[in-house]
Amino acid sequence: MQGKITPKPTVETAPYWEACRNHELLIQQCSTCHHFQFYPRLMCTKCTNRKMQWKRATGHGTVKSFTIVHRAISKVYQMEAPYVVALIQLEEGPTMMSNIIKCNLQAVEIGMKVKVEFETWSESMTVPQFTPV
Amino acid sequence: MMASLTGKVAIVGAADTEVGFVPHLSATQLCIDAALRALEDAGISKDEVDGLITCNSMAEPILYHAEAIAEYLQIFPKYCMSVGTGGGTTFSALHHAASAIATGICDTVLITMADSLRSGLTKEQTMAMQASTGHREFELPYGPTVPAYYALIAKAHMEQYGTTPEQLARVSVTARKHAHLNQNAQMRDLITVEDVIQSRFIAEPLHLLDCSLISDGGAAVILTSAERAVHFPHHPVYILGVGEGHGHEHISQARSLTTSAAVESGQRAYKMAGLRPKDIDFAELYDCFTPTVLIELEDLGFCEKGEAGAFVESGEIELGGSLPVNTHGGLLAHCHPGNPGSMFALTEAVTQLRHQAGIRQVPRAEVALVHGQGGIMSSHTTLILGREVG
Repeated sequence: MQGKITPKPTVETAPYWEACRNHELLIQQCSTCHHFQFYPRLMCTKCTNRKMQWKRATGHGTVKSFTIVHRAISKVYQMEAPYVVALIQLEEGPTMMSNIIKCNLQAVEIGMKVKVEFETWSESMTVPQFTPV
Repeated sequence: MMASLTGKVAIVGAADTEVGFVPHLSATQLCIDAALRALEDAGISKDEVDGLITCNSMAEPILYHAEAIAEYLQIFPKYCMSVGTGGGTTFSALHHAASAIATGICDTVLITMADSLRSGLTKEQTMAMQASTGHREFELPYGPTVPAYYALIAKAHMEQYGTTPEQLARVSVTARKHAHLNQNAQMRDLITVEDVIQSRFIAEPLHLLDCSLISDGGAAVILTSAERAVHFPHHPVYILGVGEGHGHEHISQARSLTTSAAVESGQRAYKMAGLRPKDIDFAELYDCFTPTVLIELEDLGFCEKGEAGAFVESGEIELGGSLPVNTHGGLLAHCHPGNPGSMFALTEAVTQLRHQAGIRQVPRAEVALVHGQGGIMSSHTTLILGREVG
């Protein structure tokens, strides 16, 4: 996956990417109000408490919306076009962007059930992707 | 209780540069050209300007942009800033400028903006620059483009309300129809719904002709107090209402894909103006992609939620319809140089309210709504402008 925009983990997000390397999807939950959130932050977006805990997500979700990208942002991405960019609502509540892979692109639809799958981009970077259940 | 801006500030100068492909002028030169034209339109000298707002250029970035423009012009304002708030939120700058005038910080504010996305950057550079609005860790790795972000919104609207590709296409067809009447527009050839549907997909469901242009160009306006405005050469255009609404930055964090913070910006502007959607004679709506116009029509109260597709299809947003929209051709057909894009909606509204729009004039236009949107349906500013105060 050379040439792709590779995530650069920060203090806030390192545990998330480390878990991805172990094929686990972690999301944050507030230890006070139990609110789930994504992307990872220093504080709870609901009650501003700083005590966020990492929870293993089921990895199951629903397609909220999607697009099939034909004109990509760079040559590397264009090699994979057409590809699906989707917003996926995780079972726990928060929404994340991802690709939907290993399926007929024309079969993707809003409301479709998907589950996480991990794609290794380099020795240090594994990225969550989704595939139809 | 906040003091109202209604009727306290007016636009007394407005002008566009040449737009489209303008390789003989740099972004900075376009910015100066717009400023000079607006000063000439207002009939004042540069030395009367005591407030300056610009936006930075992508093609020719300058660290202290507004200061550089002030230096170029050799003016010494009391209020000087460069804003970088994305395509549509240039009107938030106007909100600040109007507040500065209403509170007596300055008398005469020049807002001038320009960029050279067409001749100053490669297509790839422009795409990469625009798409970098995505979240660096949690969006960009997945390869979204700016059209893709808006396609997510379009797809959700189609699913939720049954909006069709033909209805989206009609927005673009209308923009061209209006641009056809505007000799300054970049794309003046008439197109059909079929043409839009048959143009290649950029990010499904959006076709090439559902997407706005990439242009060079700039525009500027001059604001002053309502008391002073009557002494200028043209009929003043008064700010009757202004409101903002800010929902998210990244589309994955949007509270809703199909209802935007234009609901809030609109309600705030209507409340300040004491007006309702039915009082608006024409609207200039941010149209970076066709679905944004549908959502803005609904969120700003011109039709019920989910009914904008049918509203557009019935011809209501065309000149001669109940609410002419983007009478100059908008970002889809007039021009779109990036951050300054929404300024052309403002200068067009001024031209219309001065009754100087020639063959595309909305008859008896008294009240206009101008809406800017930045990011991915992220930040919204609604202006209500009128020929008369109250």
